[in-house]
Amino acid sequence: MSKVFKLDESVEKSVKKLLTFLLNKGRIRGALVLQKTDGNSAVAYSLITDADALASACPLCPLMPSNAASVLSRLTLQESLPEPLAVVLRPCELRGFIELVKHGQGSLDKFLFISSVCGGVYPLKMVQVDGSVGEKLPQYWDAVKRAEIAPEIRPTCRACERFVPLGADMTVATMGESGLETKCTIFLNTDKAMGFIEGMEGKLAEEKLETEAIQQHKQKRKAEKNKLYDEIGLEKYGLSGMIDMFGKCIGCHGCSQVCPICYCEVCTFESRDLEPKPAEFERDLNKKRAIRVPPDTLFYHLGRLIHVAISCVGCGSCTDVCPVDIPVSSIFLKVRESVQELFDYVPGMDPEEAVPITKFETEELVEFED
Amino acid sequence: MKEFEPKIVYFLCDWCGTGGCETASAHHLYYPENVLISRVHCTGSLSAVHILRSLIEGADGVVISGCHPGDCHFETGNYRARRRVAVVKSILETLELGPERVWFRYVAHGEGRRFVDTAAEFNDHLKKLGPNPLKLRRDT
Repeated sequence: MSKVFKLDESVEKSVKKLLTFLLNKGRIRGALVLQKTDGNSAVAYSLITDADALASACPLCPLMPSNAASVLSRLTLQESLPEPLAVVLRPCELRGFIELVKHGQGSLDKFLFISSVCGGVYPLKMVQVDGSVGEKLPQYWDAVKRAEIAPEIRPTCRACERFVPLGADMTVATMGESGLETKCTIFLNTDKAMGFIEGMEGKLAEEKLETEAIQQHKQKRKAEKNKLYDEIGLEKYGLSGMIDMFGKCIGCHGCSQVCPICYCEVCTFESRDLEPKPAEFERDLNKKRAIRVPPDTLFYHLGRLIHVAISCVGCGSCTDVCPVDIPVSSIFLKVRESVQELFDYVPGMDPEEAVPITKFETEELVEFED
Repeated sequence: MKEFEPKIVYFLCDWCGTGGCETASAHHLYYPENVLISRVHCTGSLSAVHILRSLIEGADGVVISGCHPGDCHFETGNYRARRRVAVVKSILETLELGPERVWFRYVAHGEGRRFVDTAAEFNDHLKKLGPNPLKLRRDT
């Protein structure tokens, strides 16, 4: 059983009410939430210090315009926050940020993380092209209420088994909550969270976070994941399949730009170091008599897999931005699973646990010695 | 028909690996000529990208040799290398891109024999496997 805070308004309104309370009481300097852009056809993360500006915020809107992990890393890369900031973000974004902090790319100090049991998000293409997400919202929340997988959400989200936040101070219950429109249950996971809500109007109670509905939903997601694996059929690919799949790549490197884990300021694959020199073209042509230019498409993707797989949180942003529809995150899903299992590692679960690639055991992995 | 001669990139650490190679030469031990030695400061400093690049740009196989556990000149580099190689190999395995083309074997400074044996053994191993399909592709 965990402590919960109950409010008598819809989930989204309650979260806004909570943020307004925190702002008005001066307990936080500001809030980072999704906010509608003018004309309501898109959302973007915004820093808000004026409680009135929260009117156009939509904290739980099922879209991920950018991964909040990258946003938070940019905010805290130079120095940690001077004053508390409340952030409403998705479980994968929070895990991504914790992972970044472990890589020395930010600081967790002074954050109040408010996350929710995540029903998944819609592909970005949907909101940008026809602004249709607004119409989809009723059916989205209806599906969440019934603990079903909402139709049309991204394949990565459908197959995500970690939709219950890890490491959040507060968790907004959504999955399988029948009264989403009229009441809201917020789990207070830390003492910090208790301190922040002190004095707010609402009811304290005790409830279980991992309800029956959530357990069942996990099974559904798992089934979806296996379905996705079958669809992608990575084991059938082999070399030809891989080249065929990544052959479509136009080399925009968008997947690395949006990836919360791909944080290097100067990417190996964009550095002069790997820029082919005329003599190298000559050498390759002498050997093969035909080469793709610019070269290294497969090299880039495999290199990124090797660099990112261990910390990949499966947010799906890479697939979302790919202009030629390469299912990058689905490939990552399978590959990262094998690497993360190797070290029994869950990225973003424990801020104290070092990333496996930065540490070692003296006796391990003998099966990889030849 | 001319027998297939694999091209092998052999990464040796500056300390034990290279030492093993030197011991081999002092004892006039021979290793296959198609083995290209590349010295790295420590196997722990070898990036996964180097392994991958070798395989894409023309090598049939890659061997990495550093100090035995506990003997690393920098104390922990070989352990770190082992983790890195494990990541590369398990990814190559998941994608079926030939993890067996990457070997990781400790060679101590005095182990000239072990060094030439590793080179010869890997050479035979690759001859059986045949050319690395990755390096033959024109469309990567």
